[in-house]
Formats: sequence, C-alpha cells, structure tokens
Amino acid sequence: MSEPAVWLYWSSWPFLLGGVFFFLAGTIGLLRFPDAYSRLHAVTKADTLGLGLLVLGLCLRSESWQAVAQMLLVWLLVMASGATACQLLARYQRESDTDSAVSRPRAEPFHNER
Amino acid sequence: MNAELLFDAALILLLLALAAATLHTRKLYTAIVLFIVFGLMLALTWARLGAVDLALAEAAIGAGLIGVMLLAAFGRSGPEAATRAPPAVLAASVLLCSLLLVLFAQGVWPLANNSAPVPELVNSHLAASGVSHPVTAVLLNFRAWDTLLELVVLLLALLGVRQLHSPNMNLPAAWPLLQAWSRLLAPLSIVIGGYLLWRGSHAPGGAFQAGAVLAAGAIVLRLAGLLPPLRWNWWPMRACVLGGVALFMTIAAAGYWLGSGWLDYPPGLGKTLITLIEIAATVSIAVSLSLLVVGDTREITP
Amino acid sequence: MSHISLYLLGGVALWVLGLHALMTQRNALRRIMAVNVMGSGTFMVMVALAARMTPIDPVLQALVVTGLVVAASATAFALRLATTESPVADVDRERE
Repeated sequence: MSEPAVWLYWSSWPFLLGGVFFFLAGTIGLLRFPDAYSRLHAVTKADTLGLGLLVLGLCLRSESWQAVAQMLLVWLLVMASGATACQLLARYQRESDTDSAVSRPRAEPFHNER
Repeated sequence: MNAELLFDAALILLLLALAAATLHTRKLYTAIVLFIVFGLMLALTWARLGAVDLALAEAAIGAGLIGVMLLAAFGRSGPEAATRAPPAVLAASVLLCSLLLVLFAQGVWPLANNSAPVPELVNSHLAASGVSHPVTAVLLNFRAWDTLLELVVLLLALLGVRQLHSPNMNLPAAWPLLQAWSRLLAPLSIVIGGYLLWRGSHAPGGAFQAGAVLAAGAIVLRLAGLLPPLRWNWWPMRACVLGGVALFMTIAAAGYWLGSGWLDYPPGLGKTLITLIEIAATVSIAVSLSLLVVGDTREITP
Repeated sequence: MSHISLYLLGGVALWVLGLHALMTQRNALRRIMAVNVMGSGTFMVMVALAARMTPIDPVLQALVVTGLVVAASATAFALRLATTESPVADVDRERE
C-alpha cells in the first residue's frame, strides 16, 4: 500500500466507529423512549447520521470513484426515504391520537385542552 | 476467520429469533411487521453467502411485495380469533419437530464438504451461452425450461386471484407528502429497473429483479392514488402480461421447428434472443406482480 | 466447522420452526407465513450448498431465484383465498 492509502485507511476508523455509536444510540432510543414521536426522532435522526458516517468511512477505504458515487447516492436515497417515512408515521400517529381523544374525551386527561 | 464465524452465528441466531417471534407473537400486525424484517435479514444472508442475485430478488419480492400483500390481507381479514392449539397437539408437534431436526441435521452435516461437478460444467460452456454472468446463463439458456414454467406459474396465480371476486381495495385519500414522494420514486424505480436488466448479462441482476423493482414503483404510485385502477380487461395490460410467455414460447417453438431443438438457441444468436426474452419477461413480471398486489377485480363493460 | 455447516443447520432449524408453527397455529395468515419461513429454510440450505464450492454453483442459485418467484406467486394466491368472502369460508367459520 502506498503512503496516502495507508493514511486514508487509518483515518476512516473514527468515522466507522462514530457511525456504529450513532446506530447503537438510535436503537437504544427506539427501545427505551416512551412514545412514538420520540422513538421516531431517535431512529431517523441517529440512523441517518450513523449511515452518513459509515458511508464516509467506507468512501475513504474504497478503491474507485464509481463506488464512492454509488455509496453517496445510496446515502442520499436512504436519507430522503427516512425523512419521508418519519413524517408519514408521525402524521398517522397524530391522526390516531386525535381520533382516540375525540372518541374518549375523558380517557386521557392530557389531551383535554385540545 | 473467527470474527467471520461470529458474524455468521449472530446472523443465524437473529434470523431464528425473528422467525420464532414472527410465528408466535400475540398480535397479528406485529407478526407481519416482523416477517418483513425477517425478509430483509434474509436478503443480507444471501449477500453473505455470495448469492447477490437472490439478495436483490429477496429484498424486492420477499420483503417488499409479500409484505404489502400481507398487510392488505390483514386489512381485509376480520379480527383474529384467539384460539390456541390444545396441549396434546402442541406436545406432539414439539416431539415430531425435534425428531425431524435431529434427522435433517444428520442428513445435511456431511454435505458441507462434498462438491459437485456442475459449476465447472457451467463455466466451460459459459462462452457459448451468449451472456457472461453464470446465473443468467443458467436461468435463460441452460435451464430455460424452469424460467418459462415459472412465468406460467406467475400467470396461473394471477388468473386464480382474478377468479376470486374479492372486495376491492378501499384506498384512503393519500397525503400530499406521500404523493410527492411517490412522484419522485417512480422515475427512480424505472432507472434502477433498467439498470438491473442491463447488468443481468454480465453481473448480478436480471429480469426478475428488474421486474420486481418496476412493480414496486407502480404499486407505490397506485397506493398514492396517482394511477387509475389497474384492470385486467384493459387490453394493453393483458398484452404486457401475456407477452413474456408468448415470446418465450415462440422462440422455443421456432428453435424446435427450424433449429436444433426446443429452447436451443442457434449459435451466435444467443445474446440477442436472451436480451429479447429478458425485456419481455421484465415487462410481464412487473405488470403481473403489480396486478397481484393492487389489481382491481371490478370488470366494467364499456 | 465452517460457516457453510452453520448455514446448513440454520436452514434446517428454520424449516422445523416453520413446520411447528404450521401445526400449532390456527390463523390462516400465520399459517401462510409459516409456509414461507419453511421455504426460506429450504432456500438457505440450497444457497449454502451452492456456496461451499469455490466457483459458486450457479445452477442452485438460479433454482432458488426461480423458487422465490414461485413462492411469491403461491403466497399471493393463498392470501387471496384466505381472505375472500365466499361460501367455503363461511362453512369453515361455522364449523369452528
């Protein structure tokens, strides 16, 4: 391996480890947070960042520019679909919350001010 | 080497846990979501075992389309009756399954170190097949019978679904965000489908994967309310579905009468014929899968 | 012990898990999912057998690609059969 290649290889480690850390944090948030909104928040944001760091780290290790471009495209697509899915799920959750608050006004005192 | 074994063991344990959770969790909806996750993990397993064609097909068909069909069937079916199997059945099943597990484990264990002459045979004939990717060569040249009959099976399933006059899907009004997103996804699915089809001749990819990706794009558009109902009695739809089988049969029959035999391509023409069949099969698979998932059974007389 | 043996045993275990669920579950959707899990176990054995040689066996892989599409077609038909409102389904419900 030439000198810059070795340097690039080692400099990818912080990115990869950071990516793994954010994935772990997002998963713990998914398992531990109380309601749907905070779970969505944990999963989509942390996983997007985690995947971004992972892609950056793998880009530093990759052999060709074509592979780099493909990985960046994948990241872009996952980021966009994650954001869209998060919005759709949150909206579904809000509508079902509103429905249950309308049908059972006394059941959840927290929603009474609406 | 040890790290790889650790990864394999973790993946297999995860798959087994997901399968057990899917099949025995209390709520049916949770079971379906876990089944989709199981399909995605299975795709990862195929990639690990070097079957990239299969990983692509599994991610698109096994996890995506079957997931949508299961959710739609869940919406159509009534509430689940909470019936549990009697303890005697449970005990008998556990006993029988443990015996079978031991029997099959003993059966497959010695197979890990055997080898077969088939891969060498395929590699030595690869140049004559017209494509350079061995899996595509097997699918469309060496064992083209399988692929032809598979298209027929898909057609039969579609005809069977059409015979059962089930209630139509009542799609709720789509949210603007879903519509905007599906408008963005549809051209992407066409680009990716075309890329997979083109790649199939020399690398993992091909008609099934391309057809499944195209079908996924059409299904997202239909669920977002941007496509009119997909009806079998609209003749271009039927032409697309039947085109794959028809072209395949025509080429096979032409080979039988004019050339050397059924599904035996004349030398030099292999690549052209395989490309033609793959294009027709992609369109046929895409339309068939879309009709299977979101097809409309209402027949309107003009 | 190589990773191929692990996947062979994993495929067998998946198949047996699916069979157990098929025999003990009553809901039609769950049974269809159980048959799919059994199919996945079979596919895993075949793919592991394909991966044990150094040029990977393309015939087994192509068979599994074909099998996957056939399984998806059968699943679609079974799901439609299981959820269709028909006299047959009504008779079945009355018997339970």
